[in-house]
Amino acid sequence: MTALEPHLPILQVLAPLFGALITAFMSRGIRAWVVASIAAWAAAAIAGLLLIRVIMIQEPISYVMGNWGVPWGIEYRVDMLNGFVVFFVTLVAAVLMPYARRSVAREILPHQQAWFYTMYLLCLTGLLGITVTGDAFNVFVFLEISSLSTYALIALGQNRRALLAAYQYLIVGTIGATFYVIGVGLLFLVTGSLNLHDISGLLVDAYAIYPRPVLTALAFMIAGISLKLALFPLHLWLPNAYAYAPSTAAAFLAGTATKVAVYLLIRILFSVFGLSLVFRGLPIAEVLLILSGAAMVIASIAAVFERNAKKMLAYSSVAQIGYITLGIGFANQSGLTGSIVHLLNHAVTKTTLFMCLGAIAYRAEGMRLSSLAGIGRKMPITSGAFVLAGLSIIGVPGTAGFISKWYLALGAIEDGYWPLVFLIVASSLIAVIYIGRFVEVAYFREPCKEVADAYEPPSSMILPILLLAAATVYFGIDTRASGDIAAAAAAALLGGLAQ
Amino acid sequence: MKEITAFLLHYNYFITIFLMVSGLYIVIARGNMIKKLVGLALFQSSVYLLYVSPGKIIGGTAPIIDDAFTVYSNPLPHVLILTAIVVGVATLALGLALVARIHEAYGTIEEDEIFDQEDRS
Repeated sequence: MTALEPHLPILQVLAPLFGALITAFMSRGIRAWVVASIAAWAAAAIAGLLLIRVIMIQEPISYVMGNWGVPWGIEYRVDMLNGFVVFFVTLVAAVLMPYARRSVAREILPHQQAWFYTMYLLCLTGLLGITVTGDAFNVFVFLEISSLSTYALIALGQNRRALLAAYQYLIVGTIGATFYVIGVGLLFLVTGSLNLHDISGLLVDAYAIYPRPVLTALAFMIAGISLKLALFPLHLWLPNAYAYAPSTAAAFLAGTATKVAVYLLIRILFSVFGLSLVFRGLPIAEVLLILSGAAMVIASIAAVFERNAKKMLAYSSVAQIGYITLGIGFANQSGLTGSIVHLLNHAVTKTTLFMCLGAIAYRAEGMRLSSLAGIGRKMPITSGAFVLAGLSIIGVPGTAGFISKWYLALGAIEDGYWPLVFLIVASSLIAVIYIGRFVEVAYFREPCKEVADAYEPPSSMILPILLLAAATVYFGIDTRASGDIAAAAAAALLGGLAQ
Repeated sequence: MKEITAFLLHYNYFITIFLMVSGLYIVIARGNMIKKLVGLALFQSSVYLLYVSPGKIIGGTAPIIDDAFTVYSNPLPHVLILTAIVVGVATLALGLALVARIHEAYGTIEEDEIFDQEDRS
């Protein structure tokens, strides 16, 4: 174990990558599932070790590929922030594995099941790669690995609209990734470096000589990443992608994919460009605050009027991403802590919700809210978990969502953005309506014919749901694990700016 | 005169930007899914030029360590773009595969007609 310990950052990416290589040669879904489970849990264990190590030594872990020194070779750099992100991404991926077996067996054709797990692991590889790497171009490569496998995952959905959703996401996602790589190219032209940490040191001098290329690079990178993280007016690909993807894939993507894109945005804004450059050169804070506010209200209203339950949750995701970018726009200690802690809290919460809908899809027909009438009586545990996670979306005290909103409200007050505090409350009230619609349909209506034969799903599906539902409560009560790490990560990000 | 020399010194960037914008325009303006992918490929190709053309130094040789050569072109952009080309090919292949499946499912690859079918169903 000690011999492997220095290599943890690369093993983090290799574990799912090799898992994917093995499952690609398998023909039977169940064997691929075993391999994928081992790979996902191995990745989670590695992430746990990495996070513990980062917390213990209190400084970033640097890993250089093939011993090529830092500005020349590819460096993997794990600090508090990405240690935290890697940890919850792998956690979601691993907890989903027991759930995946039944759900995938039901929703995916037998000869495609092994491919599903291959794509799942490749997507995980890409997401983890984006998070741990410290090299700007390497980020692009991993971004495309995760994106390409995501398109394939979405296209595996049963409805033919899944193909359309995958195609539309392919167009938008490729434009986003290409924008990002244009930004990297411009930064490379003015600094001659691709190492994110190295660029941040060179950028002040580069900005003095070439102000316009640096700002253009920043604008391209932010626009590109915003497409990937579904910032409000750029979110149009998301509802269809989540609604028609297979249930397991939707739960996985909703929990992890946009969060990793947000992580990348935080990294680029705070670690590479730094606050002084970002918020003085361009009106980025203002744009982020306006778009986040719009996302929180407009996407929530769209969720209220949506008839498809999965699409409702997808619009809710857009609104929740609005909270995260709001905290980034504040760029103060509490706001950024709120953003980072909400990455985890929303990942856990939204994955639970999508897993519940997947479990309902396993036993009942249809995803329209009207066809879920009376599901609360037929599937009480699943519906109960859904409502519990729904409370966290609303931000009821005692659930994870409350902690995030508390920090965000503090961040808003700290900088005197009083109207935004009311916006946070208003958005929560709209969330009461759309979660309330599910409660009304599920508990206060007579069971309709679509759910007449429904009953609780097998325990391999129900236990992961309960585990994550318990986690939403746990992270709402005990914030030592989530809040303190997020606060330390935010302090490190903002501390780098003071210099 | 000054503008003309500035243009001629940086004409590679103008070609890059022309390709970039026309690719993006095709993606947005065309309803045919294959044509959209062509535009997307054009857009990605423009980025290859953005990286590769500044890497060439006039009078520079390939980066070989030898006393006879003193000026080298930077090899790194070429290496990066080899990777980006692979990514571009994979994206195009996946996109075309999706369009083929969409054609099987809907009988057309025109976005308008597909949305019409969805609205009616």
